[in-house]
Amino acid sequence: MSELDQEKSLQSIEKTIVELKTLSQTSDIDLSSEIKRLEEKAKQLSEEYYKNLSPWQRVQLARHAERPTTLDYIEAIFDDFIEFHGDRVYGDDQAIIGGIASFNGTPVTVIGHQKGRNTKENLQRNFGMGHPEGYRKALRLMEQASKFKRPIITFINTAGAYPGIEGEKRGQSEAIARNLREMAGFEVPILCFVIGEGGSGGALGIGVGDRIYMLENSYYSVISPEGAAAILWKDSTQAQRAAEAMKITSHDLKTLGVVDDIVPEPKGGAQLDKQAQISLLKPFVQKGLEELSTLAAEDLLQKRYEKYKNIGEIIEKENME
Amino acid sequence: MFKDIFQKKQKKKYIVVPQKQEQTRKEIPDGIVTKCKKCQHILYTKDLEKNEKVCAHCQYHYPLSARERISSLIDEETFVEFDADMISSNPLSFPEYEEKIASDQKKTQLNDAIVTGKGTIDSYPVVIGVMDPSFRMGSMGSVVGEKITRAIEHSLEHKTPFLLFSASGGARMQEGVLSLMQMAKTSAALKKLDKAGLLFISVMTDPTTGGVSASFASLGDINMAEPGALIGFAGRRIIEQTIRQKLPDDFQTSEFLLAHGQLDQVVHRHELKKNLATILKLHQ
Repeated sequence: MSELDQEKSLQSIEKTIVELKTLSQTSDIDLSSEIKRLEEKAKQLSEEYYKNLSPWQRVQLARHAERPTTLDYIEAIFDDFIEFHGDRVYGDDQAIIGGIASFNGTPVTVIGHQKGRNTKENLQRNFGMGHPEGYRKALRLMEQASKFKRPIITFINTAGAYPGIEGEKRGQSEAIARNLREMAGFEVPILCFVIGEGGSGGALGIGVGDRIYMLENSYYSVISPEGAAAILWKDSTQAQRAAEAMKITSHDLKTLGVVDDIVPEPKGGAQLDKQAQISLLKPFVQKGLEELSTLAAEDLLQKRYEKYKNIGEIIEKENME
Repeated sequence: MFKDIFQKKQKKKYIVVPQKQEQTRKEIPDGIVTKCKKCQHILYTKDLEKNEKVCAHCQYHYPLSARERISSLIDEETFVEFDADMISSNPLSFPEYEEKIASDQKKTQLNDAIVTGKGTIDSYPVVIGVMDPSFRMGSMGSVVGEKITRAIEHSLEHKTPFLLFSASGGARMQEGVLSLMQMAKTSAALKKLDKAGLLFISVMTDPTTGGVSASFASLGDINMAEPGALIGFAGRRIIEQTIRQKLPDDFQTSEFLLAHGQLDQVVHRHELKKNLATILKLHQ
């Protein structure tokens, strides 16, 4: 059965259940066994359906407007959160936020892309697409974390760094590049969570760390599926095909050795139950911090370096050197 | 009657002449002259080559292959290549990727989009990496990332300055997120170089965009560029589509970046070797 068929038959069973329930309430016919049978079938179908979501369906979930944002996680998982603003050079980018907080009593620095929770907020937050000042604010807060020996936790959720004139003038490339280099060198644990969209360099710009986690239905990609399709096949409607070819789901990235762990989502996606999603993510923060807190700074950095050194696949012909 | 014969002869000759002309044309080797891509001026290809592939008329800098760049800069017979036999696999089983790699290998005589190695510039030792824009648009996949990282590690081990010429459209799509992660990998290696107090000179050439511009290319202690190179984070078309307005002609050129404080220098190709040698001398 194709995904679409699955979805359709699931919907039609659910509709029938509702109809039967109404019917049994308004008449004397006993339909309880039939209802029960259908409910079981619906449950089985939906489990199967959500287990086998296509990459493109996961991209849709990752972009879902109701999906929990960075602030949702920060407010629920940490105590004493205080947001800090500005890069001290140009401005305060509201697409990337950060500050200090405590996690089970431990002071930490938290940073993340912030998408708006409605249209007005999205305009203010530029849909979570950062400018150089956002990446520079993140760097400033990470330097501060490093100075005060606080672990850093980042939440990644962006379609990409903003492609615009101002960003180019102020060094979008340089801002991201510098973060990549500096994040490799901070002597404090860094945990990164891809909670929605992991869009290219804009995502990576706050995404170099000791542990990389992805929410089950998030994606992480070198270029948006639409962008890839436009370049490869000169047709952005081929995005679905590109999403499959580029291997961008959490399971793909785990297999490729880029991601350390997958954070499960409530059935149907994080947007259906924010509280459940927050409870599912929290233990990963705990576990990550525990695992890394015992490492000496030198080991921490060496392991971080090796983690990235090992990513990639090459072939070397024998008998050289 | 006499007239008729004369005319016939003329006709015959008329048919033969063009064939002869075509033959002589074929005897002239391809590309004896080149029309400048930028100013349309007709140049003798030999002169263009002698002029380090710079148009004498408008100073347009033609792209150099990695080999040409190395031979133009590195002192004769000092170059030792690293990892020449490293080649791409197809980690995502991406459709048609292997064929594309194979055809570019044949076209460029390179195994991937970068040549790395060591040598001297005016007797100053350097580790050098040169990207080649004609191999998959100089895009960075696992091989480019790994070769750069190993070259940086060589610099670290031997305390030698590192010099990198970028020429790249960005991360290679066919290796997906693995390409993206090469940005982190190369930058992490540069962090080590930075901590060790070693010099890294980044030279951006046409084009240096996307993931390459947003990683090692922007991380030089000194960032310089050749004149007129396209340098930027996002592609021009993407920006135009996003902001729905036309961009100025000089947008994302070396000169634009210099004016906005994003570069240390824009250096003409004729001055490049001398400039690099002076910088190396001042870091001895």
